[in-house]
Amino acid sequence: MKNKKLRLGLPRALFYYYYAPWWETFWQALGVEVVVSPPTNKEIMDLGVSLAVAEACLPVKIYYGHTAWLAGQVDVLFVPRLVSVEKKSFICPKLMGLPDMLRAAVKPCPPIIDTVINCVRQPQEGLAAAVEDMAGRVGFRGREVQSAREAAQERYLCWLERQQMGRANGATDLTSASAAGAAVSETGKPGLIDSAPAQAGSLKVGLVGHAYLIHDRFLSMDIPAKVKKMGGEITLPENLPPDQIALACRQLPKRLFWTLGQKIMGSVLSLIEQDSIAGIIHLTAFGCGPDSLVGDLAERYARRRGTPFLLLTIDEHTGEAGVNTRLEAFMDMLPRRYSA
Amino acid sequence: MKVTFPHMGNVWVILKTFLAGMGLEVIVPPPCTRRTLEIGVRQAPESACLPLKVNLGNFLEAKSLGADTIVMAGGVGPCRIGYYAQIQREILQDMGCDYEMIVLEPPDVHLSEVWDKLKYLKRRPWRKVLQGFILAWYKACAVDALEQEVMALRPLEAKPGLVDALYRKAILQIDAAGSKRQLRKIVRETVAEMVALPRQREYPILRIGVVGEIYTVLEPMVNLNLEKRLGAMGVEVVRKLFISRWINDNLFKGILPLPSHHAEKLAPPFLNHFVGGHGWESVGDTVAFARQGLDGVIQLAPLTCMPEIVAHSVMPAVQQATGLPVMTIYLDEQTGEAGLQTRLEAFFDMLQWQKGKRTG
Ligand code: SF4
Ligand code: SF4
Repeated sequence: MKNKKLRLGLPRALFYYYYAPWWETFWQALGVEVVVSPPTNKEIMDLGVSLAVAEACLPVKIYYGHTAWLAGQVDVLFVPRLVSVEKKSFICPKLMGLPDMLRAAVKPCPPIIDTVINCVRQPQEGLAAAVEDMAGRVGFRGREVQSAREAAQERYLCWLERQQMGRANGATDLTSASAAGAAVSETGKPGLIDSAPAQAGSLKVGLVGHAYLIHDRFLSMDIPAKVKKMGGEITLPENLPPDQIALACRQLPKRLFWTLGQKIMGSVLSLIEQDSIAGIIHLTAFGCGPDSLVGDLAERYARRRGTPFLLLTIDEHTGEAGVNTRLEAFMDMLPRRYSA
Repeated sequence: MKVTFPHMGNVWVILKTFLAGMGLEVIVPPPCTRRTLEIGVRQAPESACLPLKVNLGNFLEAKSLGADTIVMAGGVGPCRIGYYAQIQREILQDMGCDYEMIVLEPPDVHLSEVWDKLKYLKRRPWRKVLQGFILAWYKACAVDALEQEVMALRPLEAKPGLVDALYRKAILQIDAAGSKRQLRKIVRETVAEMVALPRQREYPILRIGVVGEIYTVLEPMVNLNLEKRLGAMGVEVVRKLFISRWINDNLFKGILPLPSHHAEKLAPPFLNHFVGGHGWESVGDTVAFARQGLDGVIQLAPLTCMPEIVAHSVMPAVQQATGLPVMTIYLDEQTGEAGLQTRLEAFFDMLQWQKGKRTG
């Protein structure tokens, strides 16, 4: 295995948008060739839609598409079983079954590295076990793994920091040059969601939702750029300090046990406290389980505060024209409400 | 304090006994109807799962009977049920509907959380509370014993509906019963009456397993009386989801020697991890049914139900490995009787044809 480089496929979907720098750095440090699927396009979406059950949410279907795209070109696929990435919190039941779902649908399917990532009880131990398992699957143990992990962690933290300042976009600008060849150049710098201050007088709008929707420009239809063109200035959950989000969530009568739900709820709760925020847009996938409750709660709180709230639900049939119309109507309404 | 709770099939009999045993005045919500569902749907988030909507309807209907406190189950992840109560509370608040909510769920921080809530609720000494709990448990067992008979006898009866009439009568008797002895008698006598009914056949035409999300399996209003429909077609329904077994698995941690799902043994290699709700069990039960030689499996789930979407997604692999046909039915407020009936009949025809091929 160590003579010829192992080709490992990393689907550019779902949690790639949260952990890409970590995963890529780690695998590369172990001498694995990482192949990332190209940014979502029509072909990948159609592939995913044809393979997944109709009732699945769009992000999961998209994941099927990326996996199928990679299946013929790699030796193994990395599809971690993401149970929990922090104490007492979960992500989504669907991600707990994802590797099995893919095995049942993608034919032929290369072996899947389906490391369980479960930090729900003991985060440190959970993470250590996951790292050990990942490395063990490609035949590594001990010191090398440790240094790979450190390198991954460092790159990840640096990326998080840049993201908070509005400089990095859903991992795309950090995608390694070695991997996926053409795929990288397609994304590159122009993909940045630039949330740096725009011209004076622009309306500040919060855009909340899962990173794998917002930062996938095909899925989100580039809503951030659209809002900007309509004179808005976007704030994303990733731009807010994590402790501010956690603090805002503490006002809920019951702790929210979904990691992504916390991000959405906490962002909305802290944004509606800021007088400079004119309105909030929630981008969600049709049929998303956690969002159906969290989004409703967020909207209720926003409404009680009098902050305009736009819910944009997307699936594979969503047309760009419809989204544009709704965005325009929303943006048009803001200044009037805002100055009133 | 007048307490109410959400409906799920016959579970009301058990909950009512338990709460009354605590010395509480219990308001059983009116039975679930399409109206209950409609009221709930009007107020609930559009893409929330079906049980949340119907429960909300139950609360609103119980309100008009004077209930002021809700006792319900919750959870701490990974699935939506753990946040039902919070959403329902906010909805009721926005509607100006005043309710106190007491959510019994695994403790988040301190073990004493559940205890404190029970202490707050109880109006009688612990000894009495325990007696009520034990009686409730026996009622759960009685209800389930009857359900099993009903599922086996429906496909055989000459005049569809007679078994169900006896069953309905017995549920009311179980509700009124006050001792284990009485319960035994009710079950014994009812079963004897059912068995004595005239038959049109000695064996069911087909045997179909039902798996899926617990609420859609146990609440006939949302599954549009699926088991009764199948029974009338001559199908014996087999399932592993029963409320007494659920209580044993979840509250007693499987201490009693009742049949259980054993998803951890049966579901792999198709599904190798718990996925919330009953997703893992759905896959494990399907494998068990294949081994038992059933003719087919129907999986039930609320539309957008996450654990069941996972289970549904791996079912092709189970089917391929076992040869057992599986049909998945998603239910929501739009599901119509005609559509459901057509799908059931088509599945029935397919299974019968397959069985004919098998037995030559
Ligand atoms: S969180 Fe929502 S969008 Fe993400 S996988 Fe789960 S259901 Fe789909
Ligand atoms: S198991 Fe299904 S119905 Fe139950 S809370 Fe989860 S998604 Fe909703």
